[in-house]
Amino acid sequence: MTYAPYDPADGPRVALKILIAGGFGVGKTTMVGSVSEIRPLRTEEVLTDAGIGVDDINGVEAKNTTTVAMDFGRITFPDGIALYLFGTPGQQRFWFMWDELCYGAIGAVVLADTRRLTASFAAIDYFERRKTPFVVAVNCFDGGRRYGMDDIRSALDVDPDVPVILCDARQRESAKRVLISLVEHAIKVGRP
Amino acid sequence: MNDSRREQWLDEAAGPIVRPYAVTRGRTRPRGEKLDLVTILVTTGRSASDRLAPEQRRLLTLCRRPRTLADLASELDLPLGVVQVLLGDLHHNGLVEVRVPDLPAEQPDRRLLMRVLNDLRAL
Repeated sequence: MTYAPYDPADGPRVALKILIAGGFGVGKTTMVGSVSEIRPLRTEEVLTDAGIGVDDINGVEAKNTTTVAMDFGRITFPDGIALYLFGTPGQQRFWFMWDELCYGAIGAVVLADTRRLTASFAAIDYFERRKTPFVVAVNCFDGGRRYGMDDIRSALDVDPDVPVILCDARQRESAKRVLISLVEHAIKVGRP
Repeated sequence: MNDSRREQWLDEAAGPIVRPYAVTRGRTRPRGEKLDLVTILVTTGRSASDRLAPEQRRLLTLCRRPRTLADLASELDLPLGVVQVLLGDLHHNGLVEVRVPDLPAEQPDRRLLMRVLNDLRAL
């Protein structure tokens, strides 16, 4: 692919998505922030359009919409490709957003914490079923018990082809390595 | 209402005074195809009618330079769903256009991914 000289003022030429999924407090915000310029993004999602009548507005509003704060970061490369990172809450009740985020995405990083590996099961299931390329990045917190890779892998019960890597979400180089392994994996499993 | 009481109501912690979807007159679904978070939009230069909401005017100003839906929602500090509806109108009325053809449904192709890989390594 050949690109003409790129002027950043022209805006992104190609914009691509990567999801950063994981449970609460696992380091999603930290990871997005360490590798990109992080910015706030609000969503006010409508849970259902049904049953909103004139008569039952009182006290119902709060149930019709739910606010989801996402971490959103952007890396713009010199050739005009912009990589958008979206840190999304891992709970199943937010899956309605993931479908939209996954559409056309390069893939996903499932950020995991060895103290609460079970918190990443739902995300792993989701991406497996959706056939979205993903890697598992185990965030090594200070004081977090270090497990062997084999132990972690067998506890996660992921396909042998799925990369499982250790990372420190605070370190730019480490976060970068995670993204690199995701793109490598996406190339390996993706369409030619 | 006395002044101190009004101040209380205008406090940020009280939440937005206008509920998010009031800006879209209650519409929660965009006209036409739902725009993706990373769809790049740019103004067409066609002159706008007077009936545009102030938020839509701001979107048009911002779109003089190509920007993604996610960029626009973040810059306007409005929820994504609201911006999707507002941009849907602008798109429907030919005031903004999609700059790059939408990504293929499944996944970016190998050549583009190789490019991203090289970009990341050089970062």
